[in-house]
Amino acid sequence: MARVHDEAVIARSPAQLTATEAPAVPGQPRTWQLSGVLDAHSSAEVQQRLGRHLGRATGPFCLDLTELHGIDSAGAATLVDLWRQSQARGVLLQVVGAQPAVIEKLAQFRVNPTLAPTPPAAGLFEALGDAAWQNTLALRDFIVLAADVTVGAALALLRPHRLRWGALLQQSSLMGSQALGIVGLITFLIGLTLAFQSAYQLRQFGAAIYVATLTAISMVREMGPLITAILVAGRSGSSITSEVATMKVGEEIDALHVMGIPFVDFVAVPKLLAMLVTVPLLTVLADVLGIVGGWIVGMVYLDLAPRPYLQKTIDALVAKDLATGLFKSVVFAWGIALIGLYYGAGVRGGAQEVGRATTASVVSGIFFIIVADSLFSILFYVVLG
Amino acid sequence: MSSAALDLALSPALAVRGLVVRYGERTVLSGVDMTVPAGEIRVILGGSGSGKSTLLKGILGLTDVSAGSVTLLGQPMLGLPEAERQRLMQRVGVLFQNGALFGSLTVGENVALPLREHRRLPEGAIRELVRSKLAQVAMSHAEHLYPAELSGGMKKRAGLARALALDPEVLFCDEPSAGLDPQTSLNLDNLLLQLRDRLGVTVVIVTHELASIEGIADSLIMIGAGKVIAEGAVAEVRRRGLAQVDDFFARTAQLDASPEVSAAELLGLTARGGA
Repeated sequence: MARVHDEAVIARSPAQLTATEAPAVPGQPRTWQLSGVLDAHSSAEVQQRLGRHLGRATGPFCLDLTELHGIDSAGAATLVDLWRQSQARGVLLQVVGAQPAVIEKLAQFRVNPTLAPTPPAAGLFEALGDAAWQNTLALRDFIVLAADVTVGAALALLRPHRLRWGALLQQSSLMGSQALGIVGLITFLIGLTLAFQSAYQLRQFGAAIYVATLTAISMVREMGPLITAILVAGRSGSSITSEVATMKVGEEIDALHVMGIPFVDFVAVPKLLAMLVTVPLLTVLADVLGIVGGWIVGMVYLDLAPRPYLQKTIDALVAKDLATGLFKSVVFAWGIALIGLYYGAGVRGGAQEVGRATTASVVSGIFFIIVADSLFSILFYVVLG
Repeated sequence: MSSAALDLALSPALAVRGLVVRYGERTVLSGVDMTVPAGEIRVILGGSGSGKSTLLKGILGLTDVSAGSVTLLGQPMLGLPEAERQRLMQRVGVLFQNGALFGSLTVGENVALPLREHRRLPEGAIRELVRSKLAQVAMSHAEHLYPAELSGGMKKRAGLARALALDPEVLFCDEPSAGLDPQTSLNLDNLLLQLRDRLGVTVVIVTHELASIEGIADSLIMIGAGKVIAEGAVAEVRRRGLAQVDDFFARTAQLDASPEVSAAELLGLTARGGA
């Protein structure tokens, strides 16, 4: 062989396959000789190697199968795929010299010639544009759902006889009373930690009693609403999403629709109202237990007298602190419930989507809480003084 | 009979005109027409991917419709104000493929739900109605069970009891006999016949297997690749013997109309050898 550009022994088992480029002859198409057996073992590399050459070819491309002794379905599929690639690039693919046994195999392999070849992956800008568009649509869907459910909840409050009290009580119990333990414990520990942290600094100035002030204000304005909301997002936001998503997958939402029972009134409003009631209540509990945590540190670690500590706490807190904390907790509750409902109602397809939606709901819920909290900090401390 | 009442009696229970449904760039239904007279059992037949389930969803307003119209019990479904749609749907029962029971309610509460939502009835009457509907589908013993405790066939029967709770004028069934044992399937057939004969209920059944429902169907419409392939009385459609219908009855339906060649032809190789 005079001049070989690329030669490869492709597979060793069960039979060897060699792809060889024949010497270039002016005026003739570039020719590749396949010898051996084109089967499941060798076809992947043939596809890759010849596909690469085909991708660069400008003129006709010829496959010489004279030396090919055997082929299976994988091999036939490989040849068909190369043919589709050549069609897509507008390059002529010629196949010559196949043996009767190989032709017989290829004759049994049924192909739909009109199928398009696998489309190339979208470019960076196309993918970016598509993502932006999809997110815009998602935001629109969220706003529509949020408006529907919020208006539905307001109407239910105006007409209490139409409210589903049973569902509301059951949801409040799930979201509220069953979360008492975990919310209480975590915020107690947060209060404890806050007190230790501040005591370490304040004691150096002989200002240990200000631990009471610091813990109280931090808990009521910031940590109480924030920690409660994050815990509720993890506990109840996720369960709203998985419940609604399971209903969606099981055609239960469709069933409600055809039974003329509005999803918003039946499913969404009780969840939103239960969230709006329980999260502020849990936040009050969180505030109290956080302050108790700080109080214990004050008494045990700083040897402060119990009564002056409590007096200092009460002096430190003004109504505005409690009001901002509770206002924030209501906004967090609204966001957690609607994000949970949105991800649940958006599930398409099967059961595996339920888990994915639940994860997305918790991540988005916590993200919403942190961003909203930052905005509130700017609003309350900077804008409103 | 006044002329208005006469019109109502003669008007079809369901009329679908030029229904087009697209999912993105894919056209699932391309202009389906169908008329179901009141008091008839109509089967919508088609293979998987034929668009028959989409047709049902389009009729019930469970999917967005790109073009066409659906008239159910004399009222246009598309663009109907929500309050009126909810009132119209109280005259319609739907049996979903897997029952679509609410997992948080017992079977009895599932059947009672439409009654509690749409009727002002004393609790005792609701309980009697629930028991009667459950007895109709031989599910009396399961009143206090939750859907998770039921088999697939039992869920379907409970779903049927719920669909019948408000005594619907039109009953839609999605694959009602799939997964049922022969005896239960027979009981279901008899129940549907009773509903038609005694109460004049119009029944629309979506299925991929005609054999199970053939005995009770008055007429069928066959959907393939998003279009109506055949329509008429069951025997008539068979007699006309459209090639694709024959294929379907022979269980060899290949509704994919795309041409097929062998790889050898594609690559320009003939059986004689060489190119």
